[in-house]
Amino acid sequence: MESLVVDLSQYLPILIFLVIALALSAAFVFLPMGVARLTGTHKPDAEKLSEYECGFPAFEDPRSQFDVRFYLVAILFIVFDLEAAFLFPWAVSLDMTGWPGWITMMVFLFELAIGLAYAWKKGALEWE
Amino acid sequence: MTEFFQSWGLPYEWAWGIATVAGILLIALPLMLAVAMVIYAERRMWAAFALRRGPNVVGPFGLLQSFADGLKVMLQETIIPSAANKGIFLIAPIITFTVALMAWAVIPFNSGAVLADINVGLLYVLAISSLGVYGVVMAGWASNSKYPFFSAMRAAAQMISYEVSIGFILICVVLWAGTFNMNEIVKAQQGALFGVLNGFAFIPLLFPMWVLFLISSMAETARTPFDLTEAESELVAGYQTEYSSMAFALYWLGEYANVLLMCTLNAVLFWGGWLPPVDWAPLYLVPGVVWLLLKTFVFFFIFAWVKATVPRFRYDQLMRLGWKIFLPLSLIFVVLVSGWLMFTRYGVAA
Repeated sequence: MESLVVDLSQYLPILIFLVIALALSAAFVFLPMGVARLTGTHKPDAEKLSEYECGFPAFEDPRSQFDVRFYLVAILFIVFDLEAAFLFPWAVSLDMTGWPGWITMMVFLFELAIGLAYAWKKGALEWE
Repeated sequence: MTEFFQSWGLPYEWAWGIATVAGILLIALPLMLAVAMVIYAERRMWAAFALRRGPNVVGPFGLLQSFADGLKVMLQETIIPSAANKGIFLIAPIITFTVALMAWAVIPFNSGAVLADINVGLLYVLAISSLGVYGVVMAGWASNSKYPFFSAMRAAAQMISYEVSIGFILICVVLWAGTFNMNEIVKAQQGALFGVLNGFAFIPLLFPMWVLFLISSMAETARTPFDLTEAESELVAGYQTEYSSMAFALYWLGEYANVLLMCTLNAVLFWGGWLPPVDWAPLYLVPGVVWLLLKTFVFFFIFAWVKATVPRFRYDQLMRLGWKIFLPLSLIFVVLVSGWLMFTRYGVAA
């Protein structure tokens, strides 16, 4: 059986990649700002900097209210994504856990299926 | 590649560092070039579907169109709305593009040709792709404008909804392959069906999962028919409405890098990655990269085909498809696939 200690050095290329990718995207954002100042295209005015509202002045505060169902979807997502997080280690160790592991997970999945059926029945998945 | 730089007489650490940076640039720069070319290819394909000509003026056959567009946005003024939260407004496109690049670190381009050969590669892809939603939500919030805000709400709900079923679909793949390592997943697909055809999608039990994955990946990248986040008839340009110049282009680049990533994942997880489609020795003479690129482009063609022909979903239809059809289906398939493996592979010996 292989060692359970994770060799963190294999993540080092990812860290270097992160630094390079961040530098690249930051250059893409900030370089044109500098270029625009040099070429003279940078000419902000009050109308240009106002938010877009089809040519009208904005009617209301854009951050006022939003539909509660978006929040509900986020809550449901947490439940089912956590469920998936439980399933991942089970999926790779199925050969070791055998039938007891499989039956345990089927019971767990059955409970979550009841949860989904409940959310469905309550109308949490309805959009109109 | 480390050995090559070591042969120049460099100490191991230096050779490793140079090789890693070279590897990163070998992924990032061709990726950006590929994105530029793929945007051009897609515009030509849409044009052909609609019996138009498409971009054909800049360069031979219009090949340089994307570069001309790139130069244009480079020279444009970056407009930061006065009502916006300036810091978050500028960080959002950086996050989007960085995340779009990062996921490529674990994609195997050939046997062993992968930048970071981590043993939880698939989990890493899942984690990185779920970070993508932050760039969109931050853009929508920081713009402090009506349409970007609505769009960010929709995008967040849509992305997380389909991520749930993508998670379950990937569990089916992991169950069959018995590993999270992307390279091992590809190798596990050799001779998946009767020892002849390479690819999990040839297995009747996993083929429906691939169909779900293809549709989910279109929803995850917010492509037509699921592009409600930038539905121009109702939301102007979605969360990008207030963006201009290269910050706007970064969303464009990031979107296409993500589309390419999803096409590559389709190829790597279900169609044998760098393996030839048929397990026949002469086909292995063709380099694995060629097979992977060919498969990726086939999937990209499917993406473009769908975008050119399928009308947009309504939002309630989109959420219904995700939560009431894909989620139960993928759950059932986790049970079916694991049960089948228990009866045929793992449970027998025990």
